[in-house]
Amino acid sequence: MATKDEVLEGLAEIVNEIAGIPAEDVELEKSFTDDLDVDSLSMVEVVVAAEERFDVKIPDDEVKNLKTVGDAVNYILANAS
Amino acid sequence: MSTARIQPHSGAAFARIHGVGGYRPVRVIPNAEVLGWIESSDEWIRTRSGIAERRWAGPSETVAEMSVQAAGKAIAAAGIDASRIGGVIVATVSHFKQTPAVATEIAERLGCGTAPAFDISAACAGFGYGLSLADGMIRGGSAEYVLVIGVERLSDLTDTTDRSTAFIFGDGAGAAVVGPSDTPGIGRIIWGSDGSQKDVITQTEAWDTAFAKPDAVNGVGAEQKWPALRMEGQTVFRWAVWEMAKVAQQALDAAGVTADQLGAFIPHQANMRITDAMIKALKLPDSVPVARDIAETGNTSAASIPLAMERMLESGEAKSGDLALIIGFGAGLVYAAAVVTLP
Repeated sequence: MATKDEVLEGLAEIVNEIAGIPAEDVELEKSFTDDLDVDSLSMVEVVVAAEERFDVKIPDDEVKNLKTVGDAVNYILANAS
Repeated sequence: MSTARIQPHSGAAFARIHGVGGYRPVRVIPNAEVLGWIESSDEWIRTRSGIAERRWAGPSETVAEMSVQAAGKAIAAAGIDASRIGGVIVATVSHFKQTPAVATEIAERLGCGTAPAFDISAACAGFGYGLSLADGMIRGGSAEYVLVIGVERLSDLTDTTDRSTAFIFGDGAGAAVVGPSDTPGIGRIIWGSDGSQKDVITQTEAWDTAFAKPDAVNGVGAEQKWPALRMEGQTVFRWAVWEMAKVAQQALDAAGVTADQLGAFIPHQANMRITDAMIKALKLPDSVPVARDIAETGNTSAASIPLAMERMLESGEAKSGDLALIIGFGAGLVYAAAVVTLP
């Protein structure tokens, strides 16, 4: 089971690879759209990559609730198998 | 039980595409014009879709007219006489006179004699669906050559006030002449549907209920609010990239072809972002040329694959005899993918 720091680190690498945002900018309180400029389609790419990396299902209905990096980290921690 | 037996029959051993042709409407709609309808920017539209401009049909560029123009080019490219065409299949979701099928008028105008002619509705997979039918008709012996046409006037189904779709759609026609071949020219077609996602891409309302509404609701005359196409972008994106990458891989496997042997990748021109993500998901080598016709044509649904194929052949990006992976996917949801030999 990954720790909160490990999930954040993994997510930061994914966001960096997909959207080209420096990994150190990916912090818990940052909003994907407003702070990190991850658009709706890139968000889907991030979600699919996160599903694979953390062995978790993130349904489309859930994606819109993941406003901040912290929302995504918490969702992954709560739902990863 | 009758002792009489039905005489067996069969057709060509294999089928291939003999020629393609396209028709692009005269009127160009650049992003600058779209910005007059919606609050957006050229950069936003380009980064979200890869579209710089699209073509919209005028009053004389009807579904039938665009089809006849495109098919005429395809028949000339195939080098056959139209009278040898034994089937005309028209894939469209934007021909608003359902009866009779527009295919019969097109067949008659092209000089296809009494060829069976019919319309099919398979949205953005329409060309692949038509190709599958043509392949079966030719190999089954019910036609020597079959004309497959994808044609749309999606501008008629565009809500120009909808910020998420107003910039996406375009009009046009693409046609292919499919006929007999000594060697396999169309790999096994991987096609299917998923009706559980029927609402993900859809016309906003049925025609009958839309027209039954009083003018007070719908507006009057030219101002009447028509049904339009709507889609759930994120859901469609996820399905179109990751589910369709699997279907594309199945089409490669069914043809016994590896990605590095492809001379072209021609996905339905839905959105450049879908194409780019699909390339990644498929791990397509950089050496394979990819159709990017959407930049100047927009999303033309059933017409997009033959239009993009024609452009790649005309520009020399892809060559006759090369293998191309084609994949269509859209409202239904429906999909169809195959490896084909380029004409």
